[in-house]
Amino acid sequence: MSERRFTLITGRTTKQGRSIHLGKEAKEFLDEISTLQMNLKDIEVLGLQEGDQVRLTTRDGSAVVKFKKGDIPEGLVFIAYGGFVNALVGSDTQATGMPNTKGIEVEVERHG
Amino acid sequence: MAESVGVKEVKVVEGVTCPFCGVTCDDLVVHVENGKIKEVKNACVLGKDTFMHHLEGWATPRIHGKPATVDQCIDAAAEILAKAKYPLIYGLDSTELGAQRKSIELAELIGGNIDHTSSVCHAPSLQAVQTVGISSCTVGEVKNRADLVIFWGCNPAEAHPRHPTRYSVTAKGLFTPKGKKDRMVINVDVRPTPTARMADAFIQIKPNSDYEVFSALRALLKGHELDQAEVGGVAIDEWKTLLEKMKSSKFGILYWGMGLTMSRGKYLNIVALLTLTQELNRFTKFLAAPMRGHGNVVGMAQVLTWQTGFPFAVNMSRGYPRFNPGEYSVADLLAHGEVDAALILAADAIGNFPAKMAEHLRSIPMIAIDPKESETTKVATVVIPSAQAGIAAGGIAYRMDHIPLVMKKVVDSPYPSDREILERIIAKVAAMKNGGNGAPVPASGARG
Repeated sequence: MSERRFTLITGRTTKQGRSIHLGKEAKEFLDEISTLQMNLKDIEVLGLQEGDQVRLTTRDGSAVVKFKKGDIPEGLVFIAYGGFVNALVGSDTQATGMPNTKGIEVEVERHG
Repeated sequence: MAESVGVKEVKVVEGVTCPFCGVTCDDLVVHVENGKIKEVKNACVLGKDTFMHHLEGWATPRIHGKPATVDQCIDAAAEILAKAKYPLIYGLDSTELGAQRKSIELAELIGGNIDHTSSVCHAPSLQAVQTVGISSCTVGEVKNRADLVIFWGCNPAEAHPRHPTRYSVTAKGLFTPKGKKDRMVINVDVRPTPTARMADAFIQIKPNSDYEVFSALRALLKGHELDQAEVGGVAIDEWKTLLEKMKSSKFGILYWGMGLTMSRGKYLNIVALLTLTQELNRFTKFLAAPMRGHGNVVGMAQVLTWQTGFPFAVNMSRGYPRFNPGEYSVADLLAHGEVDAALILAADAIGNFPAKMAEHLRSIPMIAIDPKESETTKVATVVIPSAQAGIAAGGIAYRMDHIPLVMKKVVDSPYPSDREILERIIAKVAAMKNGGNGAPVPASGARG
């Protein structure tokens, strides 16, 4: 299977919170916000190998990022707040003021 | 207290309040040597980095990308705002209360929209609290009394590292002398974060199921039996066990985070949560509180509410405040391309917003007031560097439980404070409007 639907969770991490003080072009910050955390079984199902990149596609946009195994349930993927999240989140707020930033449907596929 | 050691000027400032997150720890000790911060004691890693890296990445004064003086930038900013027909003032949560008050005065003067970073953070919580009320308490009460602490859709281990140690998990208090041994900690979330590792129990629920779960808990609390075997991916019996723990606690508190505000249901998730915790008070003392993000995020909602009656998304274009999330909220104003100029203060709007919102900001005259360069300052029409609130400028910050604390100035900055910059912009805009370039300044001036 080359692509699969997941639920995308975005959020803070300690690394993201620390490295933001180094500047948003700092390697530490960029590494953290461009790494998708996935369950090992999902990595295997998608046939991903170390060093591969993945393309994330939501109904609002897409982004290409690295991936790593994370302590996260099957079917969920996580990425820290930053520029890559911005490309995936839409601006519709259903008249609440708040865009859907967590629990977003996303397709994940191997890139390249 | 300052003392001379050779040619070095060494200063140790005690009781410093950290401006980074909503816990606003007020016990930091900052060592300053020749005007530079050399050491920070008592802070968490996030707070420590806030102080230790405060000199890195400073913004410079610019107009259209070209170097300018701060005075020239203030004039240019005033001109943009005085000419704008439907401007936006946004950011504001990472500065001190005095600057926040001034930002509201400016919004009133220019007939603009004013919103702050809560709008894309805990604004649904503010809406819910204004809808059904909240039974809440200070973190001190949690430290001294709570024997049950539930973290729901929040991750203090990473976002508020000292909250657990100072107040909610290991903290020893008057009626909790053994700290962790005297309280049960439960974490409910869609994934096991580092917070799950410090909890006694972790309940993993399906994404976007929180409203359903709170509704089921309310039904069970009222004695109804449910037909379903599970809700939110968790067996009903497990929810019944949680409910019994809540009912049998002496003093319970449910802390929630953006796991609830940013997912499906938005403020209705919080309405359901607050109603559940209020109903639990038929059985025991039970409270709830949001885990607030930025250092003075609560201050902005406080000052905006006491001046306009509304905690975010306020529009002043008719000369009086109107509140309508979905219309005057920053996400909607930008997504619909409605505002024709923006002043962004102490926030990286471009760096944090969904692409479509950022796109509109890039297309209009934008003023960025910030101590540091960011994605926003990179594209702003006017960049005004400021002294960082809580480090190079003093003032008041509200802790996440609405307790005002004094933020100290520990080092000097060559740049003015956010408050001073806003005062100077207000004076310029008022002069321009009095000169016939717009509506007259309201006779009463701004409140507050």
